[in-house]
Amino acid sequence: MSKGMLIDITMCVGCESCVYACREQNKLEKGDTGVLSAYNWTIVQQYGDEIYVRKMCMHCLHPACVSACPVGALEKTKEGPVIYHPGKCMGCRYCMIACPFKIPKYEWDNVNPKIQKCIMCFERIREGKEPACASECPTGATLFGEREELVKVALERIKKEPDKYVNHVYGLKEFGGTSILFLAPVPFEKLGFPKGIENTPLSEFTWKALSLTPQIAIGGAVFLYGLWWIINRRIEVSKSKNIEKEQK
Amino acid sequence: MKKLNLKLTFWRGVFLLITIFGILGTIIRFTKGLGAVTNLSDDFPWGLWIGFDVLCGVALAAGGFTITAIVYIFNLKKYEELVRPAVLTAFLGYLFVILALLFDLGRPWNIWHPIIMWNPHSVMFEVGWCVMLYTAVLAGEFSIVVFEKFRLTRLYKIMKSIVIFLVILGVVFSTLHQSSLGSLFLIVPEKLYPLWYTPLLPFFFFLTAVGVGLSIVVVESYLSHRAFGKGLNIEILFDLVKFSIFIMAMYFLLKIMDMAKMGALSYLFQFKYETFLFILEFLFLLIIPMILFSVEKVRTSETGLFFIALIIVMGVILNRLNVSITGFESYTGYKYLPSWIEVMITLMLVGLEIAIFSKIAQYFPVFKHR
Repeated sequence: MSKGMLIDITMCVGCESCVYACREQNKLEKGDTGVLSAYNWTIVQQYGDEIYVRKMCMHCLHPACVSACPVGALEKTKEGPVIYHPGKCMGCRYCMIACPFKIPKYEWDNVNPKIQKCIMCFERIREGKEPACASECPTGATLFGEREELVKVALERIKKEPDKYVNHVYGLKEFGGTSILFLAPVPFEKLGFPKGIENTPLSEFTWKALSLTPQIAIGGAVFLYGLWWIINRRIEVSKSKNIEKEQK
Repeated sequence: MKKLNLKLTFWRGVFLLITIFGILGTIIRFTKGLGAVTNLSDDFPWGLWIGFDVLCGVALAAGGFTITAIVYIFNLKKYEELVRPAVLTAFLGYLFVILALLFDLGRPWNIWHPIIMWNPHSVMFEVGWCVMLYTAVLAGEFSIVVFEKFRLTRLYKIMKSIVIFLVILGVVFSTLHQSSLGSLFLIVPEKLYPLWYTPLLPFFFFLTAVGVGLSIVVVESYLSHRAFGKGLNIEILFDLVKFSIFIMAMYFLLKIMDMAKMGALSYLFQFKYETFLFILEFLFLLIIPMILFSVEKVRTSETGLFFIALIIVMGVILNRLNVSITGFESYTGYKYLPSWIEVMITLMLVGLEIAIFSKIAQYFPVFKHR
């Protein structure tokens, strides 16, 4: 029952209704258009004459930011959204380093700064409503629903109109999959999407090293103690032998 | 004697100036936020304070665990006189790292959160725990000196009897900590420049830390000798530099093999800023030290050995800055240079550490009476 959104770039007319809906819903008063920031959680970027691409948190199925956060301030909810608990955050900004989509942004001008990003209107989803951007979208370019359903819809659209779309649902497999899916008329690399490592969440790269910690700690301690014991023992033995020799 | 006084006044003046600017910077930092004093941005969330203060700070504290391991575990008592200065350097180094973190963290009052809020899947969580645990171990190791000074015989004896356990814990925590600082960057395979990104980063961070740990002890012994006139054993310095070069040679051998495996060797032949920095790292860490060491005049002089060690230290600093800062520049398409306040605060903290070190060295039995 994990929710998601399907953003069909071919249907977007670049009206920015989503941007304003987001700003109103999340009370982002300082909002500055054009760039993602702590005060602007979604933008619409123009590519060429007629292509408009929404940028926002992808709500990864296995988010790098969630794995990176030392105190669990970022959380992947079972409903789909990746949300933030400011009370836990220490402000180390490792989530910003980790995110492959450059999504988490920081309140650089705040003395008590928070990490900010799209939270897929988590509160609204809990109330059974759609995220603000999806409900305000006049063309249906942003479609909210069950991720599984949306995947089917996306594949169907490609099948129906193969000339209109590139044969790729972005977010299906990238970095182990994302809750936000994209359809596009041109290859995604041209629209600023990272190539994405298929089927592999970034957290696996760190986990490979991190999961060795107990072995290194326990193995290392035992090994070092053993080494110390043997070396010490040999020194003692050779000392006592020397003493014996002297006595003889 | 007059000459020495003059010199001290000069350095004191410099330190005073740095401290004034540093304190001003600190006030702005804690009243206006990070954006007001640093050149950090959403494109470059980590800068000098993480790259230098934390990554280099920890690497340069590696003398503590390498020397204690050599003396206590391998039982090479010849190097015993190095233990206390090395432990003090490491202890102050870790305190300095924590202090720097208080500046860099956006919400420093939450620094203790990893104690109760766990995320074992986070490398940063492991880093946090390693800092806490190893700092505690270093406090234990250094407490022996304090107990000796104040003639607290019972406590002194208790600590002496468990010192081997502290040393083993120290080596384990250090190994984990040094390597986990490398693991931090495993999560950015598409962001970090291919000359630096490798799954072996944690191992390489550990290996270079061991190498630089030995070098930093040489640097510190030499400088302490100049400052306090304590005895200097050239034979020991020679051994440490030799080992340090040996470890760096091993590092580069493995690094080149790994680059070949990763298909990153071709990046060596691109005419780019990163290539230049990588080669510079190579020169500092291995080539220049090796050439200097092959000259008899250099390797038989204390000053010569000091300079070799210093070059290795600079090489490791360069390496850490490359992994944490320059290695990201081609991805973000944005060059980060620290603001002057970032630099001043860093210099203030370094100056503070050196000042505290020399005060403690003056009043506590840190250096052996030769």
